[in-house]
Amino acid sequence: MELVQAFQGLLQSGLGGLWGGYVFTVIKTLILIICIVLPLLLSVAYLTLWERKFIGWMQIRLGPNRVGPLGLLQPIADAIKALVKELIIPAGSNKFLFVVAPAMALAPALAAWAVVPFGPGVVLADVNAGILYLMAMTSLGVYGVIIAGWASNSKYAFLGSMRSAAQIVAYEIAMGFALVCVLMVSHSLNLSEIVNGQAKGYFAEQGINILSWNWLPLFPMVLVYFISGVAETNRSPFDVVEGESEIVAGHMIEYSGMAFATFFMAEYANMILISTLTAIMFFGGWAAPVEMAPFTMIPPFLWLFIKMFFIVTIILWLRATFPRYRYDQIMRLGWKVFIPLTIVWLVLIGAWMQTPWNIWK
Amino acid sequence: MNFPMPNLLPAYAEIFLLTMTCIVLVVDLFLDDQRRYVTYVLSLLTLAGCAFFTIGIGSIPGPTYTFNNMFVSDLMANVLKLASYIAVAVNMVYSRSYMADRGMLRGEYFSLSLFAMLGMMVMISSNHFLTLYMGLELMSLCLYAMVALNRDSATSTEAAMKYFVLGALASGLLLYGMSMIYGATGSLEMRNIAKILEVGSTNRVVLVFGLVFVVAGVAFKLGVVPFHMWIPDVYQGAPSAVTLFIASAPKLAAFAMAMRLLVNGLIPLAIDWQQMLTLLAVLSMALGNLAAIAQSNIKRMLAYSTISHMGFLLLGMATGVVDGNWLSAAEAYSASMFYAIVYTLTTLAAFGSVLLLSRAGFEAENIEDYKGLNRRSPWFAFIVLVTMFSLAGIPPTVGFYAKLSVLQSAVSAGQVWLAVVAVLFSLIGAFYYLRIVKLMYFDDPVDTAPLAVRLDMSVLLSANGVAILLLGIMPQQLMELCFVAIKSL
Amino acid sequence: MINFEMAVFYLFAAILVFAAVRVITARNPVHSALFLVLSFFTAAGIWMLLRAEFLAIALVLVYVGAVMVLFLFVVMMLDINLDRLKEGFWSYLPLGATIAFLVVVEMVLVLGGRYFGLQALPAPADPGANYSNTRELGLLLYTDYVYPFELAAVVLLVAIIAAIALTMRKRKDTKYQNPSQQVAVKRGDRVRMVSMPSDKGG
Repeated sequence: MELVQAFQGLLQSGLGGLWGGYVFTVIKTLILIICIVLPLLLSVAYLTLWERKFIGWMQIRLGPNRVGPLGLLQPIADAIKALVKELIIPAGSNKFLFVVAPAMALAPALAAWAVVPFGPGVVLADVNAGILYLMAMTSLGVYGVIIAGWASNSKYAFLGSMRSAAQIVAYEIAMGFALVCVLMVSHSLNLSEIVNGQAKGYFAEQGINILSWNWLPLFPMVLVYFISGVAETNRSPFDVVEGESEIVAGHMIEYSGMAFATFFMAEYANMILISTLTAIMFFGGWAAPVEMAPFTMIPPFLWLFIKMFFIVTIILWLRATFPRYRYDQIMRLGWKVFIPLTIVWLVLIGAWMQTPWNIWK
Repeated sequence: MNFPMPNLLPAYAEIFLLTMTCIVLVVDLFLDDQRRYVTYVLSLLTLAGCAFFTIGIGSIPGPTYTFNNMFVSDLMANVLKLASYIAVAVNMVYSRSYMADRGMLRGEYFSLSLFAMLGMMVMISSNHFLTLYMGLELMSLCLYAMVALNRDSATSTEAAMKYFVLGALASGLLLYGMSMIYGATGSLEMRNIAKILEVGSTNRVVLVFGLVFVVAGVAFKLGVVPFHMWIPDVYQGAPSAVTLFIASAPKLAAFAMAMRLLVNGLIPLAIDWQQMLTLLAVLSMALGNLAAIAQSNIKRMLAYSTISHMGFLLLGMATGVVDGNWLSAAEAYSASMFYAIVYTLTTLAAFGSVLLLSRAGFEAENIEDYKGLNRRSPWFAFIVLVTMFSLAGIPPTVGFYAKLSVLQSAVSAGQVWLAVVAVLFSLIGAFYYLRIVKLMYFDDPVDTAPLAVRLDMSVLLSANGVAILLLGIMPQQLMELCFVAIKSL
Repeated sequence: MINFEMAVFYLFAAILVFAAVRVITARNPVHSALFLVLSFFTAAGIWMLLRAEFLAIALVLVYVGAVMVLFLFVVMMLDINLDRLKEGFWSYLPLGATIAFLVVVEMVLVLGGRYFGLQALPAPADPGANYSNTRELGLLLYTDYVYPFELAAVVLLVAIIAAIALTMRKRKDTKYQNPSQQVAVKRGDRVRMVSMPSDKGG
């Protein structure tokens, strides 16, 4: 702490009071951002390994096991391989956009973490309009995909980006409505307050937090949110965007080396984000499920990690289990099932909150 | 948190209409073409229900404000709303077989009509720039879609596109003017604006700048020169039934919009806007009547006739305040209101006759199609005769009294030259109305197929014609009503 | 002394103006659309500086996240020949430039600092640290402005109806499955058991 204050004093004496303060704030924020992004990228790397291992076990294989003990160095090897490969820019492509697209896919997935609370008070930006910010950021991810598809100057890539755009726009609405249900019952757009709001109610007073969390009273919404999240990240069974059997790899087809790896990272970062958000919105965030000795000893950020891990594993499990949806079926599910369902549920929750049995007072 | 409940009573008709329209929309999904009459009957019942509520509210004396003073219910609003219900209902009856023959009698036609009706009601009852604009957009959006309803027709889609682009431009002008006035007065509520302007400490340059844009927006919606370009193309390109719709009730709403904006909100600026309106009125009467003579397409001819009639209507509004004295204003405005209602009534019959002559696979669009109507059906020829006389302003039809009362207000305002100009152009206008009468009675029919008219349409069109005649003989009650309505503002 | 907020404002404003100019000067329509996205984004940034966070985020969410995606969607698929679109440009330029000049002069005269400057309309007071723009907007929208708010909802509903009425065509030759029928199928619907007498003769 003293070191930080000394640094602040140094900057202010060097640059003049006002600007020194600004520079200090900027440097402090940058360091905090690095503190969030580095573990996140590490998680992304190891999520790829976990996916291959986990699906391997499900299919009675071993999964990666050559590089390092138990294959634990596999992601490092993959990263080095991607880094040293040549980045091929196709002829006739739009070079600037082609190179920028992967960054545009990854940036929103990282930017969204600014408002995610990891524990009580542990959040980079504790803004009031947290949910809105999240919705805005997740809706931006589609640009990377669209621009990649267009800049590649390739039919498969273009088809992939078209599919992706339509799919993401469709499921965003259902996702948004599901979140509206959450914010209605929490009376707040702030994510920390949403987590705190879930620790109230009859069951929470008995020490059984898990039954007070939003997943139970908002039951169909948690499914809608989760499934829409899977669709938003273009994960199986909604992965027609990169459907290997039809359009090879969709928007990523022309990419190689690190640019390709960046798309991959964006996808996995989005998976982690969606899982974390599901945990925060519906599964009590950093709170322990039961107020009892062994559970309360685990620190809050670890609880959030455990919940996120479970949810992300379910996404992997879906991939190992379900065949790919047909495109019109994806659209039907989004527009004709989820959106009406969420709207009806919104009205139901609103009506419930007006009755004497309102549990969210 | 405590939300104060607004007083919903004055808006019962609007609420009922919105609810019923949503029901019509959903019910229609379960109907096939054979049972489309359910939608039709339901829509008519909806309008009847609205009329019931409006009459009920009309018994409350004096203007009632609600929704934070954004909504006003006064006698003028109620009278205009009732007239609009009748116009929309008549339109539905007239257009039924026309639309059915062309495969356009779908649920959307009815729901869009009803939503447009809602938009008009919002406009008529608005006491706030924001609600006025929302109502206008609601109505216009429905009309754009209805014009394009015949989506395989190139002329319809072109007309819709023109209407949409120009309509959006006009909305932009209107909004711009409103924002200027808001900037100068700091209020969006019309009563309030009038009060602030009375005090007179606001900046005149900004106000007049805004006023120009507002008048331009109103002029576009009324369709007066030089903001009339869309009228002939849209009237000609739209399916005749939709043309009938656009030509009838929305004119009442546009009149109400002009009244609310200029009279309710900006009456202290009357000196400024009266000059603008006078110019618009004279130009419209001149161009409308002269251009109509050259038309061979009946819908286009009626479009230009509309332009000239709207010019006439503005004449009444332009002569309300004399030398800053608005004692005689109520008479002038009530003359305009009477004119608007009479015009709507007459135009229903005029376009009704176009629909009457059309049948499956045949559009009666040319003036030639009226040839020898007397031989084919003397009764309907007589109705068309009455209609044309009324449009031309020949006694004993009601159109005569409409023109007379407007001219009276011009004369009593001391604008004799204006009255003379108006009479002169009306005389020119009489030529093309009488040409149709001549074709009907003195020419041989080109098309000898018997008229196939549904009973409901035949009864209503007859009633429409008789109403034009009867009101022409006894115009006193309606004029009184308009006067009281304007007085109550 | 220029402070941090002003520096950020001028940075955003510069980007915004640059992007807006590029929207109309870029030769490639997709680039134009992307520059429009950029200008929306920076405009959102400026709103954020004005502490209008709800509007800023809504701009990004609605315009950048949804409207422009569909816009790009269309622009990418259209074959727009800009050179042909620009054919009449020079002949219309004098008239257009004159009108534009007149309008700009009028607007400068009216909108200039005299009537709408900081003296005439001073900036609102600082609402304090706990001020939530989203909350205030929500309170206003659902109380004082509930009527226009509902009307806006009706306008959107009409837009949906109109869009569907104008574009939806039911193709008669479309083959589609009815999943509920497929699931509810009985054995009898698919398989017919035929009892054939065994061939005894032979």
